[in-house]
Amino acid sequence: MAINVFYFLVFPGLLFTAIAGAFLSWFDRKITARVQFRKGPPVFQPFYDFFKLLLVKETILPKYGSPVIFLLAPVFAVFGAVMAGVFILLPLLNITTGFRGDLIVIFYLLTIPSFSYIIGALASGNPLAAVGGSREMKLIMSYELTFLLVIAGIIMKCGQHFDLSSIIQVQQAGSPFIGSISGVLLFIVAIFCIQAKLALVPFDMPEAEAEITEGIFIEYSGAAYALIKLAKYIMFFILPAFLVALFMNGFRIEGTGILWAVLKIFAVVLIMTLIRNTNPRVKIKQAIRFFAIWMNLVAIVAIIIIAFGY
Amino acid sequence: MDEPGCYCSYYNNCIWLLIIYNVGFKNFCFKKSLWVFHFGGASCNNCDIEILDCLTPRHDLERFGILLVGSIRHADVLLVNGAINKRDKERLLEIYNQAPKPILVVAIGACGCTGGYFTESYTFAGPVDKIIPVNAYVPGCPPKPEAIIAGIVKLVENS
Repeated sequence: MAINVFYFLVFPGLLFTAIAGAFLSWFDRKITARVQFRKGPPVFQPFYDFFKLLLVKETILPKYGSPVIFLLAPVFAVFGAVMAGVFILLPLLNITTGFRGDLIVIFYLLTIPSFSYIIGALASGNPLAAVGGSREMKLIMSYELTFLLVIAGIIMKCGQHFDLSSIIQVQQAGSPFIGSISGVLLFIVAIFCIQAKLALVPFDMPEAEAEITEGIFIEYSGAAYALIKLAKYIMFFILPAFLVALFMNGFRIEGTGILWAVLKIFAVVLIMTLIRNTNPRVKIKQAIRFFAIWMNLVAIVAIIIIAFGY
Repeated sequence: MDEPGCYCSYYNNCIWLLIIYNVGFKNFCFKKSLWVFHFGGASCNNCDIEILDCLTPRHDLERFGILLVGSIRHADVLLVNGAINKRDKERLLEIYNQAPKPILVVAIGACGCTGGYFTESYTFAGPVDKIIPVNAYVPGCPPKPEAIIAGIVKLVENS
């Protein structure tokens, strides 16, 4: 029992994912700055932002809305992100093996933050937040099927294993999935899916700063916004970690394996950041078409290739 | 006999250290991440362009943690530029009241600081500090980005 609390709150859970995610978020901002020939923020910038929002700023409640749901939504977001993080990181770090079918649980837990953002946005009573919420909902409907196809492809490729630790063991015994044609196709699709999940730039219509001024987060201030930042940091770490587990044979926590683990995470984040910095924001219609037609097509082609054994 | 007293004073010292450290830590974090909301009054757009210049690669204010945010709910600093006319006055007051409360106000440009050229205009509703409390003034028509950065450094040092 105590060890479970420790797992949830400290080591692969809340504290670890938050710190790792904050550093990755700094890495993202630094790379963005270097791409634009700027100097970029200092290393501890995400911590300063988080503690400033948590300790200093006032939290304003909406007048024409539901304050309780407005305040509970960030808590749910952090909870969902941490739960997904624990389920992803425990098999990844070889601490305990997951149960049979935990891939499906991870898939559903990863959608909880997005859904709680929608609930919080709709509870705030702001019209721009409502626009952002509806956009986020459309985005979820377009990328979830694609993400499920990616996971289905992985399950077929590793031989009908539904748990993350078996997938990692199959890859460590053989070769990583990204070394094959179908693996590369699935990886491209998965990168775009997590780009949409994290609401990074080609798919950041829910929080478009220029048109609807942060959209779903427009009414959040102070500690509630700090929790949303925390959920975003955690998602920024666990989604690349999930891709590493699915495609790049996970972590080996011994010797130089630790260095490789860090490098794999940095590589995935670097790809996401470069996509984010070299693309404009698409319209919601274009995003739905992109996922519903093109990405689904690529994923299905990859699944057919897997069925032929490549 | 004086064991409890010792313990008590030690405990008190700890509490004081904690409070000082805590206040210092809060202030430090606040200074290190100022998020800026930009309110343009009846401006001629020169100050707006100079403010945007601060965020461009040449001057890069993000290295001090300064970001331009879109919503007043996320802001720590309210930049006001341009002459405030009678319509702007209501909006400025509303924006100021909507901000979460440790908020610093910076008046930028001659029009923001004093009214400048528009002081005797019949639509002019007073310089910014007649409407809301102002923490820093950056005069100039328009102020150079270096002047805006110097103003922000002074604001951070004194806040």
